[in-house]
Amino acid sequence: MSELTLFLIRIAFLAILWIFVLSAISVIRSDMFGARVPEAARGQGAGAPRPPKQPKPSKRRGSPTHVAVTQGSSAGATASLAQAPILIGRGTDAAIRLEDDYASTRHARIAASGDQWFVEDLGSTNGTYIGSVRITQPTTIAIGTQVRIGKTILELKK
Amino acid sequence: MTTSSTLMGFVHRRRRGAELFLLVLALAVGVGGYAAVGVGVEGKVPADIIGYGGWLAALIVAAHIVIRLVAPYADPVLLPLVATLNGLGLAVIHRIDLGYAARGRETSFAQQQLVWMTLGVVLFVAALVVLRDHRVLARFTYTIGFGAIVLLMLPLLPFFEPINGARIWIQLGGLSFQPGEVAKVMLVVAFAGYLVLHRDALALAGRRLLFVDLPRGRDLGPILAMWLVSLGILVFQRDLGSSLLFFGLFLVMLYVATERPGWIVVGGSLFLGGALAAWKTLGHVQDRVDIWLHPFEYYRNAQPPFSDQIVEAQFGLGWGGLIGRGFGEGDPTRVTYAESDFIMAAIGEELGLTAVIAVLLCYGLIVERALRVALISRDSFGKLMATGLASIFAVQVFVVIGGVTRLIPLTGLTTPFLSYGGSSLVANWVIIALLLRISDQARRPVPDLSADEEESDDESTQVIKL
Repeated sequence: MSELTLFLIRIAFLAILWIFVLSAISVIRSDMFGARVPEAARGQGAGAPRPPKQPKPSKRRGSPTHVAVTQGSSAGATASLAQAPILIGRGTDAAIRLEDDYASTRHARIAASGDQWFVEDLGSTNGTYIGSVRITQPTTIAIGTQVRIGKTILELKK
Repeated sequence: MTTSSTLMGFVHRRRRGAELFLLVLALAVGVGGYAAVGVGVEGKVPADIIGYGGWLAALIVAAHIVIRLVAPYADPVLLPLVATLNGLGLAVIHRIDLGYAARGRETSFAQQQLVWMTLGVVLFVAALVVLRDHRVLARFTYTIGFGAIVLLMLPLLPFFEPINGARIWIQLGGLSFQPGEVAKVMLVVAFAGYLVLHRDALALAGRRLLFVDLPRGRDLGPILAMWLVSLGILVFQRDLGSSLLFFGLFLVMLYVATERPGWIVVGGSLFLGGALAAWKTLGHVQDRVDIWLHPFEYYRNAQPPFSDQIVEAQFGLGWGGLIGRGFGEGDPTRVTYAESDFIMAAIGEELGLTAVIAVLLCYGLIVERALRVALISRDSFGKLMATGLASIFAVQVFVVIGGVTRLIPLTGLTTPFLSYGGSSLVANWVIIALLLRISDQARRPVPDLSADEEESDDESTQVIKL
């Protein structure tokens, strides 16, 4: 094999290696600078009227202020969302203490991300349900969504 | 709620097509490297290139299809990065096999590595298929932690032989295996589970001293225990690298979980104290430091300690220069263990600084992707686990490449995915599977239950207003 061929093979191999690295970086770039929802998928209401709505998102009609127990032995207990994240369970450190035999000591947590509220199961024994579905990852809830823990039902309230 | 969800709505795309494109490039690196080795060393393209390339392609495509099926939102860059490093490693190990053959030593490291890679991909697939939600692991925090400690202690049993003075191998029916490699993954899971539960106590209690929030005495328990374990590994197993890796890993995770620099100060001083004590009392640590500071005084010595390995590696790196000698033109087998600990020296010698930087960038990207997974993950267990797995790679690459390039004293660790070494390769594939699982959970769009709920809510408020 001639010297030149070997040299060219070496250069070609290094080039492939670097093309790979640079393409990987360019794929990553889309993560850095956003892969927003395409305009069509946003729905009709997502166009022009949105910016004026923005100034006071937290005071918007429909934003919850507290979470309340609506059914079960601790019915009536509430906690303000201002203290988020809110711990729910039988333990003494929970913001909402449940007297429910099916609840764990640290059962679930309600936390905010942006202006959405999430309920997250903290590895409880009997699970946290939204409707009839046992949640496995942090799940968004809105006002009126019934979160069931054992025999207790919690809701976000205004 | 719907407006806000689209406003925050940074929706990750699946990008499986991009992954496939990168995988084709990765395959080109792997198969191209193998062919280039054949041309450079033997003067012809190897006869088994079709079989070899086909096997590599089958492994990669299998992994890709499984991701498409069970983790469609997973990060698109991790698998190609790993496939490239593994393919490049195979090619370089094959080159070293040929080098050994020229010196009359028959080895088949490349074939064995390919078998281990196959096993790694099988476990990668199994992990992705079986583990549909990484948070299941949090339930077994203490079991996994106990298992990790048992695995770490296993090589100390009297019927396992030490290799090169280090008691980190177990031999089962002709195969030797490093349980520490598996233990490191299990330790990350156990730490993450433990810290998620206890980070409040670790972060909030304590007093302030000189701008640094020091933790409470009783919270020091776990960090002291971890420190003792890593010192134990150093003293009894004579394994500097793993000891450094475990302690660094724990410290990073503790800091990330608590956001308290106090832990870094405490952990850093414990590390310095331990390292100084080890240097004063342990002969093999002293030798390592002496060789690091004055390598040429020990070069081709009459009696141990020798520094031939590190000095030959420096010669190789220097001779390779910017673009390397080319496959077959260098002499990487002058370095002992060129196929495992010193594979970066072999790459530097035959492919030069250009390739070394590309490889370092690949590692950098793996760590970046893992940390990004930690950033976007919605649950704290996943966050901590991803951070821990990222820091495994970061610390390991720093320790071993720092050692080879004589930035820090040399410690024996494998270069992830590149080095010859079955246990390490398999464990690293499983780490990637875990990272992909967490990233799939994190990038998947939030199941939006809020839309119709709000409408009904609006109606009820109107009724009250009336």
